[in-house]
Amino acid sequence: MSFLELRNVCKSHGSHCVLRDVNLSIEKGEFVAIVGYSGQGKTTLMSLMAGLLRPDSGEVLLEGRRITGPGPDRGIVFQNYSLLPWLTVAENIALAVDQVFPSWTTQQRSDQVDRHIAMVKLTHARDRLPRQLSGGMRQRVSVARTLAIDPSILLLDEPLSALDALTRGTLQDEIAQIWAENQKTVVLITNDVDEGLLLADRIIPLTLGPGAQLGAPITVDLPRPRDRKALNHEPEFKRLRAHVTQQLLGHSLARRSAVSRKLILPEILPEDLELPRVSRPPRRPNEEKREIIVSG
Amino acid sequence: MNPKLRTILGTVGYALVGFTAFLLFWMFLSTIAATLPSPTATWEVAKPYVLEPFAKRGEQDQGILRLAGYSLSLVAQGYFLALAIGTPIGFCLGLSRTFTRIFDPIIQVLRPVSPLAWLPLGIALFYNAGKEALEYGALFTIAICAMWPTVLNTAVGVRAIPQDFLNVGRVLKLSRTKMLFKIMVPATLPYMFTGFRLSLGIAWLVIVAAEMLTGKTGVGAFLWNEYNNSNYGNIIFSILTIGIIGFVLDRLMSLVESRFKSVA
Ligand SMILES: Nc1ncnc2c1ncn2[C@@H]1O[C@H](COP(=O)(O)OP(=O)(O)O)[C@@H](O)[C@H]1O
Ligand SMILES: [Mg+2]
Repeated sequence: MSFLELRNVCKSHGSHCVLRDVNLSIEKGEFVAIVGYSGQGKTTLMSLMAGLLRPDSGEVLLEGRRITGPGPDRGIVFQNYSLLPWLTVAENIALAVDQVFPSWTTQQRSDQVDRHIAMVKLTHARDRLPRQLSGGMRQRVSVARTLAIDPSILLLDEPLSALDALTRGTLQDEIAQIWAENQKTVVLITNDVDEGLLLADRIIPLTLGPGAQLGAPITVDLPRPRDRKALNHEPEFKRLRAHVTQQLLGHSLARRSAVSRKLILPEILPEDLELPRVSRPPRRPNEEKREIIVSG
Repeated sequence: MNPKLRTILGTVGYALVGFTAFLLFWMFLSTIAATLPSPTATWEVAKPYVLEPFAKRGEQDQGILRLAGYSLSLVAQGYFLALAIGTPIGFCLGLSRTFTRIFDPIIQVLRPVSPLAWLPLGIALFYNAGKEALEYGALFTIAICAMWPTVLNTAVGVRAIPQDFLNVGRVLKLSRTKMLFKIMVPATLPYMFTGFRLSLGIAWLVIVAAEMLTGKTGVGAFLWNEYNNSNYGNIIFSILTIGIIGFVLDRLMSLVESRFKSVA
């Protein structure tokens, strides 16, 4: 039995069908990335897993039991951090910890708070308000708050997409490390193919909506720990990236984008996109993604 | 020159220009309107009230700050009554569409009614309280007139709570009480304080009318008394006093308000 399972799930917002016939199963301890471009229903999909939304039809199962509402066993890191602006870093985390572990002593709870603040390297900022923090720091607080309630599954909704490339890289490494230490089940939602490849065991592309469906899962068997710089040169990484991109955009779209942007050769496949650039690999994983979005 | 000092000096400077123009206009008017006292004549009659602001020479003949104190204390009571009633009503309106559909129309009907219309009803309501009837009537009037901005702003604030904050509470499975006091109330505070500030302004407006009609000692009653004594200089003096106190109250409330605005 899989840990989290979606069976024939459909969800519409009003008359607009966002997700159509979605099937998905996630194993315990697995790191799954769901990749799709913005507006395709990623947040909707995550809200369904979290229980914040109910599916119109089909069912969402956690350890075989139907999810009827949200709960602290599924920790969510929201797309826009969702820290409470009137509480300090420590208070934001304490609100969650106090609620989820009412039987603990005050000491145990405050230790839990401090340990998780330290885990995301924010001890110096523990008494600051969210508005006094940078975007990256806020996101780390959000991650710490979620980890502090010790959920059995982590749902991360584009946790890094609002950040600059440098901070993003640092946080990707932190997430990889935290996952390696805790071995929790993680569902990462992202619009960045490279981010998915860097972190996940399995990538599930979300096809272009309306009525987005999940494409065939793609197993990422790159060895861990993965190093971003080294990955860029790895043929397997390039093959996977081209494959995921292709799945996301559909065949014809991917080809058109490749042609219209960089290359003069008309019949080239996305796999070959890298060839003329071997001498100058992209500096950051995001460069690649932007090109595809712009032209697609 | 320090730019901050410069803006402050500028603000004060321009305001002084306005006040001077106002004084000149007043002087000019007093030369053509025989019953209007000039600024100097006004100062002459107002002097005993200003120079001994806390004096108590008789029931109506008291220093200006003492009079203002009576008015402020009555306003404070009516105002807190307004907040105590208005805030929960605002929350209910914000939380429940049904509640809004039921009560919004009646609120819209009662809201524009003048304090002068409420006061007789208030006194009649507390008729059995005897001597206290006037005071209770005044409190009733202040409360009912002043609460609407609090009601409406609180309702808007509750509706404006970001869904994400509520989702944080839902994921943690906060109880209803905790959801209310840990998430909804703090998230609504900035709106509530805008309502509180507007309500205070209205409460202060109402006090004068209330005192005039009930004869309760205070700035408003003083004004009415001096009118009956044909002491027109003190009418102007009272008006200025009421205006300045209202201004100070509003400034103080916006200080508090901006504190809450910057947090959320
Ligand atoms: N509450 C809502 N009401 C109506 N439409 C919505 C709502 N939430 C999302 N949508 C629509 O559903 C689609 C998917 O949204 P979302 O799941 O947020 O996408 P993503 O997270 O991939 O950017 C979008 O077209 C969006 O406009
Ligand atoms: Mg989203």
